[in-house]
Amino acid sequence: MWEQVRSNRIRSVVLVGMMAALLLVVGYLLGEAFLGNPIGGLIIALAILLVLNLVAFFQGDNIMLAISGARKITRDDHPRLYNIVEEMKIASGLERMPDVYIIDDPAMNAFATGRDANHASVAVTAGLLQALNRDELQGVVGHEIAHIKNRDVLLMSLCGVLLGAIVILAWYGSRMMLFGGMAGGRRSSRGGGGGGGIIIIVAIVLAILAPILAQLIYFAISRKREYMADASSALYTRYPEGLASALEKLAGSKIQVKGANQATAPAYIINPFREKGRAAADLTSTHPPISERIRILRSMAGGASLVDYDHAYRSIHKGGKPVFSAATLAGTGAVGIRAAVPEAAPAGREPGKAERTREVSDLMWRMNKYDTLTCECGTKLKIPPDFKRSNVKCPHCGRINNVKQR
Amino acid sequence: MVALYVVLGIIVVLLLWFVIIYNGLVRLRNQMQNAWAQIDVQLKRRHDLIPNLVETVKGYMQHERETLEAVTNARNLAQQAIGRGVGAQSQAEQGLTGALSRLLAVVENYPDLKANQNFLALQEELTSTENKISFSRQYYNDSVLGLNNKVQMFPSNFVANMTNFKLGEFFEVEAPAEREAPKVSFT
Repeated sequence: MWEQVRSNRIRSVVLVGMMAALLLVVGYLLGEAFLGNPIGGLIIALAILLVLNLVAFFQGDNIMLAISGARKITRDDHPRLYNIVEEMKIASGLERMPDVYIIDDPAMNAFATGRDANHASVAVTAGLLQALNRDELQGVVGHEIAHIKNRDVLLMSLCGVLLGAIVILAWYGSRMMLFGGMAGGRRSSRGGGGGGGIIIIVAIVLAILAPILAQLIYFAISRKREYMADASSALYTRYPEGLASALEKLAGSKIQVKGANQATAPAYIINPFREKGRAAADLTSTHPPISERIRILRSMAGGASLVDYDHAYRSIHKGGKPVFSAATLAGTGAVGIRAAVPEAAPAGREPGKAERTREVSDLMWRMNKYDTLTCECGTKLKIPPDFKRSNVKCPHCGRINNVKQR
Repeated sequence: MVALYVVLGIIVVLLLWFVIIYNGLVRLRNQMQNAWAQIDVQLKRRHDLIPNLVETVKGYMQHERETLEAVTNARNLAQQAIGRGVGAQSQAEQGLTGALSRLLAVVENYPDLKANQNFLALQEELTSTENKISFSRQYYNDSVLGLNNKVQMFPSNFVANMTNFKLGEFFEVEAPAEREAPKVSFT
């Protein structure tokens, strides 16, 4: 794995460098077009770049978690999820247990964030917890832990913030040009002679192209990372079918994640942007098509190692480039796939869908600081945190229940 | 003079190479030892869970005295085996796994027990501990493989021989049932 981590680091530096250069070029041209002073624009862009990178480095994970509305949980809040994250932490050899977060959202998705292996978090939506069984959840968490282990998480924060900045700059730039132009083209006549017009045209073209370009850089890398994280998840769990079956369920889901935007999209396990109401099939660009990811995982017949994933990948992409470099694959041993745990048919073996749903909804009520009050008739009353009165009438049997004062 | 510099340069490069390889070996050995410590943590966790499990189950299973005793005994044997080397320990743990799986098999006959919240929570903990044991074993064996490759392969084997690095010992699992650790805890 070490070779993989190293090549990721080099690629991260190159990628962030390219995005930064793009931001600087945008700054230079906007400075030329509007301030009549390209160096001024460059300096502003540099300052923005510096601040953004610092923010992304130290606060990227918090921003990501805040935007998505994730809340931290402890072992007691949801033992199964916490245990599964711990299992994957052990399987991957991570030294520190990542923080575990839950997003109160019926959509099915998950992401990992953080600046390195010692400052990492894993977040899953309530919808995901309800829908997936233990093996499937393990596959998804394994995928997220792999993002942490492969050092993808820092790259995602940095790129997300840079991409956001370029999009915003270009957007404002193009608006200013548009309205500046309508006001009589004074900037081009005042500018330093003949060169001014050409530069403005270049600036306009770039303002349109830059966000697309930045996104292309971003997506080119993030796609490959998804494959690598899938491969690692299969390796950690020794059970590719778990992730495959989870992805199948995710693909069939029609609900969108509320707290996602263009910049945070690549961090999720599947692309959160899908046309409303349509299945999350293959309309994505940040992520490889889900059907393809499932097919690769399911054709890992021989074993669960990275070599097996590579074989499966290349049998589906005829003549395609391998996912892993030869150095990564050298010296890894053969790895068997473990036997399937039969699906939880009889009660007691594993919580079924109904139990999981109750488990998660109880947790969400608790996290929203609702108190639960059990009426004598057996009805469970949920008391909102801002409830002022001292008693409440049971809607089921009409008894008056006293409310604990908080 | 030039020849001297060339010789000195070669010596410096060789030394650097030696240091890098040696540090890599040490890192792998530490990783392996740390992975082994992880297995111990999880095994201890399993030993701690069992008295709790027996206590919870006892009230429901008056007629399974033998099965419960077998579990308690196997747990004590496993605890005594701690520190007696990889072989002895893995054998004792296999005994415990067998006794546990027999206990959890008879649980099927007690629907009341299967609905007990305390038991369900314990079952989740047992399942997860079994998983953690097998995942830490998996990571340990991967670490051993990494170290052994370096110790035996050219050219790092020179450094390993000179500094007396030994091959790591794999945590072998003999019974195929042991391999499917997660299965054990539910049945």
